[in-house]
Amino acid sequence: MPNALRKPWVGIALIAAVLVVAPLAVGASLGNAWVRVLDFAALYVMLALGLNIVVGFAGLLDLGYIAFYAVGAYLYALLCSPHFGIHWPVWAVLPLGALVAGIFGVLLGAPTLRLRGDYLAIVTLGFGEIIRIFLNNLNTPVNITNGPQGIARIDPITLFGQPLSRPLEFLGVGFSGVMLYYYLFVVLALGIVFVGIRLQDSRIGRAWVAIREDEVAAKACGINTRNVKLLAFAMGASFGGISGGLFAGFQEFVSPESFSLLESVMVLCMVVLGGMGHIPGVILGGLLLTVLPEIFRQGAGPLQQALFGTVVLDPEALRMLLFGLALIAVMLYRPAGLWPEPRHRSEYKQ
Amino acid sequence: MDILLQQIVNGLTLGSIYALVALGYTMVYGILGLINFAHGEVVMVGALSSLTVIRPLAASGLPGPVVMLIGLAFAALVCMALGFSIERVAYRPLRNAPRLAPLITAIGVSIVLQQLAMLIWGRSYHSVPELLPNDPHDFFGASITEVQIVIIVVAAATMAGLMLLVNRTRLGRAMRATAENPAIAGLMGVDANRVISMTFVIGSALAALAGVLISANYGIAHYHMGFILGLKAFTAAVLGGIGNLAGAMVGGILLGIIEALGAGYIGDLTGGVLGSSYQDVFAFFVLIVVLIFRPSGLMGEKVAERA
Amino acid sequence: MTVLLEARRVSKHFGGVQALKDVSLSINAGEIYGLIGPNGAGKTTFFNVLTGLYRRDGGEVVFGGTPLRLSSPHQVAQAGIARTFQNIRLFANMTALENVMVGRHLRTRAGVIGAVVRGRGTRAEEAAIRTRAQQLLHYVGIGDSANRVARHLSYGDQRRLEIARALATDPKLLALDEPAAGMNATETAALKTLIEGLRADGLTVLLIEHDVRLVMGLCDRVAVLDYGEKIAEDIPANVQQDPTVIGAYLGGAA
Repeated sequence: MPNALRKPWVGIALIAAVLVVAPLAVGASLGNAWVRVLDFAALYVMLALGLNIVVGFAGLLDLGYIAFYAVGAYLYALLCSPHFGIHWPVWAVLPLGALVAGIFGVLLGAPTLRLRGDYLAIVTLGFGEIIRIFLNNLNTPVNITNGPQGIARIDPITLFGQPLSRPLEFLGVGFSGVMLYYYLFVVLALGIVFVGIRLQDSRIGRAWVAIREDEVAAKACGINTRNVKLLAFAMGASFGGISGGLFAGFQEFVSPESFSLLESVMVLCMVVLGGMGHIPGVILGGLLLTVLPEIFRQGAGPLQQALFGTVVLDPEALRMLLFGLALIAVMLYRPAGLWPEPRHRSEYKQ
Repeated sequence: MDILLQQIVNGLTLGSIYALVALGYTMVYGILGLINFAHGEVVMVGALSSLTVIRPLAASGLPGPVVMLIGLAFAALVCMALGFSIERVAYRPLRNAPRLAPLITAIGVSIVLQQLAMLIWGRSYHSVPELLPNDPHDFFGASITEVQIVIIVVAAATMAGLMLLVNRTRLGRAMRATAENPAIAGLMGVDANRVISMTFVIGSALAALAGVLISANYGIAHYHMGFILGLKAFTAAVLGGIGNLAGAMVGGILLGIIEALGAGYIGDLTGGVLGSSYQDVFAFFVLIVVLIFRPSGLMGEKVAERA
Repeated sequence: MTVLLEARRVSKHFGGVQALKDVSLSINAGEIYGLIGPNGAGKTTFFNVLTGLYRRDGGEVVFGGTPLRLSSPHQVAQAGIARTFQNIRLFANMTALENVMVGRHLRTRAGVIGAVVRGRGTRAEEAAIRTRAQQLLHYVGIGDSANRVARHLSYGDQRRLEIARALATDPKLLALDEPAAGMNATETAALKTLIEGLRADGLTVLLIEHDVRLVMGLCDRVAVLDYGEKIAEDIPANVQQDPTVIGAYLGGAA
């Protein structure tokens, strides 16, 4: 490899260039619908990185993570829409969403984090479902969440007076709304990556790994495992809350449907399949699991048409089926994920 | 008072079904320490595959119960084969992997089964032909239908049979030994792999029965019916003490009754704030409370942590 | 001679089994104190009760003059008692250095904000953690293995690593659970030197051991447990002669 390419800042500059140009290139060649896919990819990467703190760093199995996403989303929806007639600014609502989600994380975690792995998984799953059921039903006697219909006409995210849903001209280039959201999400995602990297290589990060490796030994070393685990849980929850708020502003609509168990499983899979605890792997997992299904969804119907003359199998079912099979396959053949931390690879060799 | 008895009858019916499914969870957990996430879907497959046989036969003029038995037999075969394959393909290779791997795989299997069911049987709710007379009988002021009686009796008989199997037969002894200590059981000549396979097979047969019974009770079967049912049955298993067979039965029945009573009274209890659509929340709530305050369940043993 | 740790009538039962019955012993500051007894006598149970892994059912423990309330393991560590485990419990996939750095956790403070912002204070603290960890690795004799992953170390080195990690918590009392298990004569001799070095540096050591020669040659005083009860507590030479002890355990070896 030429010497110039070995320097780390060259790699970073390259990645930065790609990130900046991507939406324009994709928008020009494939259309805005695919830029939207990039936006969701960035959102899911943020979610996956948040869950990574819980599952990847601290080793706590959370199957109800989407509940925090829901809390953040609905908080934004309630505070920035015609539903209650309140329209708070985004810079107030997002941090509030993080805080409220974090509080939910502590409330859930405090009694449950001492449970063993699979029990914790089931409890968090139950919690996720409870949140969804409440969101679905809190429309009587007082209409808080508007039930299954969800909350619509949510205010888009507005930065410096520019609502990101409207196009913008900058330096002679036209940026559509989805492109503007893309840049916002990527910047925030990079922020979360930064926080993740800093946490990993710190006293707290080491404590999380210690707990994950051997909780008894960690306690004997003086680590207050309960509080440290709660910290992981709360941090993961607050990142989920922020992502939820962004989602609500972006989509301008929320409903309980978006926050099902399947979503929690999806995000978990991004972390596990990508490479648990390994930030680049988790990003890869997030990207793959957002983009690939989309490619599949767009392509499966036409492909079947071309091959069989008609759509034989429901593309949606096929997509999920392949996803389930992929889960099984990865666990059987690469249980450490597609891009695990180098030293973990040998741990999983069978 | 009538409402109370009625809800108890309903709860007993539902609980019998939960108990049947909970047994599958508890047996697998007792032997492998694994939550078989896919078990609920096996119940669903049992219900839908029995329907595939029942629907054509129902119009043929054979007596209802006979059709049901044929449907059950078919479903049992399908489910047993399914359970066996799942264990072999998805769980056995991961016996020594870190805990997370089999759990994720189980989720994957669950998704695969649901999607396959959707592809095979479609998304619609399938109605189940009425094979057993559904006339209500009076029972001390509450009404109980023949279907409900059949469910309760059949479930009870099956569970009694299972207890006999586990406590009085060679296979049962082997199962209990493997659950306690697979290595030592192996030294005594027990083929752990075979025992584990049998455990899955038996659990799946029970699941098939539960599927047939529940679709008879509610009159519908649907590709998504296994998920919530599975979760609730798992709750029942935990409530009774995971790994404990009698516990699973007790837990199942208890959970059914709690849920029925809850659904019936929740309006009164909360002054009309919460309605019966919150029924599912009960099971989750029970689960969380049990796991936090008494993780060993009603009948399980406390396990001390060793350094 | 000040008493560092005093156990008064400590009891523990598991269901019907009385694992510890009114065990009273006292450890003086700066001594090496041995805890021996036949298998199943309750030695590790005592350790676990002492370090908060098990809840004691009766009696009390006084450490450095302050009673140790029903404490959890991390509080015990904070009070100044560090331990190693019979079956070596390292953080297998962390390097040796990282293992010891974890040991510094309770004497350092940086939290989430510190981790993310990484200001001057945090960076200084991290550097101090790293330096101290390196020192400890050298002290126990595995300085060269700092960057090797813990599970790749040899058995003997893993034991040393566990001791280094325990030392990182700045304990006043170091409790070692069968540190010589699985070691040959050379390794045991090196371990003996290490422990004597610890005493010379002012640490108090409590140790469970089966290797009678090591115990007799190393310990200032020894307590003998049998069936959960203390049957002797004295200098090794006397314990060796005690007929009750001989009857229970020693049988004239050494």
